[in-house]
Amino acid sequence: MSAELYQALIMDRSKNPRHAGRPEHFNAQAEQKNALCGDQVQVFISGGHVRHESRGCAIMTASADLMAEAVAGKAAVEIAALNKVFEKMVNSGEAAESLGELNALAGVSQFRSRIRCATLPWAALAQALEEVPHG
Amino acid sequence: MLNKVFNVDAIREDFPILSQTVHGKKFVFLDSGASAQKPRAVIDAMVQCMETQYANVHRGLHYMSERTSDKYEAVRDKVAGLLNAASRDEIVFTRNGTESINLVARTFGTTSLKPGDAVAVSQMEHHANIVPWQMLRDAHGTELRIIKITDSGELDWESLEQVFADGKVKLLAITHMSNVLGTYTPVERLAAFAHERGAKILLDGCQAIVHRKVDVKAIDADFYVFSGHKLYGPTGIGVLYAKREILDAMPPFLGGGDMIASVSYEKSTWAKPPHRFEAGTPAIIETIGLGAAIDYVEAIGFDAIAAHERDLTEHALAVLARIEGLRVLGAAQDRGGVISFVMKHAHAHDIATLLDRQGIAVRAGQHCAEPLMGRLGVTSTARATFGVYTTREEIDALEAGLLRIQKMFA
Repeated sequence: MSAELYQALIMDRSKNPRHAGRPEHFNAQAEQKNALCGDQVQVFISGGHVRHESRGCAIMTASADLMAEAVAGKAAVEIAALNKVFEKMVNSGEAAESLGELNALAGVSQFRSRIRCATLPWAALAQALEEVPHG
Repeated sequence: MLNKVFNVDAIREDFPILSQTVHGKKFVFLDSGASAQKPRAVIDAMVQCMETQYANVHRGLHYMSERTSDKYEAVRDKVAGLLNAASRDEIVFTRNGTESINLVARTFGTTSLKPGDAVAVSQMEHHANIVPWQMLRDAHGTELRIIKITDSGELDWESLEQVFADGKVKLLAITHMSNVLGTYTPVERLAAFAHERGAKILLDGCQAIVHRKVDVKAIDADFYVFSGHKLYGPTGIGVLYAKREILDAMPPFLGGGDMIASVSYEKSTWAKPPHRFEAGTPAIIETIGLGAAIDYVEAIGFDAIAAHERDLTEHALAVLARIEGLRVLGAAQDRGGVISFVMKHAHAHDIATLLDRQGIAVRAGQHCAEPLMGRLGVTSTARATFGVYTTREEIDALEAGLLRIQKMFA
């Protein structure tokens, strides 16, 4: 049953996210909301690390958590480039080497209405990065 | 079909789409509350119209136009009969329920309501019965007031009295059946309540019309709206019922052909209702489809439909109550086949996607009722809704699917 989407890594990251929770200090934050379902994700940038507070489905929460891990220590331009590769992957379903564990979300391409769940944290991160002057 | 015993298997054969498979599984459609499937009779009526009897209405002097006009106008009689309206002239065709409410807001709202008057809606309205009144408020200076609901998902009568206390409410616009909670509102009582206080009442019947016999005279409704596509008819056709004297006093909604008595560059005069509110070429084929849908449900009979759905609702509530960590929202005394629920660990979207993979279609999200989600303390819900073709076995399939999901997310 939908093993291709709800695989172990996604279930694990949605149940036990490693990068969840609002940090005490942060340089920037941004929030995105999916008007269709009411899901919300808040992203915080503190130093070279990203944390998230996710109120939504398993796909969104897992995506936020895997994103936080993938972008750790990366510069804004690198994150923007990775975001593009990620968008392409969740739409096409074709894994890309540079995405690593993020490729676990490739199954979402079969569920058109769920692609937004996977990309929402990235939209929040892009918005937060704009707030960081020399991010 | 007259007087036949309610036979769900026979009914299912009337709906061609139900024999489809989805993801290789039997198609279990539990999303009729969003839009219902169409019986062969509706499909045939529309095809037949296009193949044998089609031209523009109210215009031509030729055979095809006259015959088409007759067929089109006959549906007005059918709708009047369905609602037990006093006259066919009280039936206005629109695009959908949303357009019907907007029509009232933009015509009755801007002329019979004065700045400072208030419109009252409940906490369990669809966006279609909130936003037009907000737009009227912002353009016209009316007030928008909210009547609370109780934790069981029923109208809070104390709140209703408070909202009406200062005498400013001139229109009560309220659902006849919640599209999220399945709650029926006590419409006769509400109409009497509003009228005693000098207010009119508009009922959003988009859900209720499908499940029970509606009698606008018995209710004493001033306005009643519904859409064709939830009543097994096509999309693109909706209905506004309004009392004759109210329609007579309302200015036009849209301007154009068909809604005028005479036109000159200096001045135009308006046609009488209902044509005053039907500018331009209407949805002729869809209206004829709606007529076939009304024939279809009336042949089954609303007593039989209501009994079938009562049985399904009771069965579904019993089945869902057995699933640990699942919570059904709302517990109204008078409720119908619309059931929203949340699960402890699984999000509504995950539930809908995983059910879909088993061939089961439910809706998930806010159901166009974002403020109600806030009142219920949830961000979204999954929702199963029933129609004439829904079976107990399909509800059992839902249970099995939910149990599998529960295991995954445990």
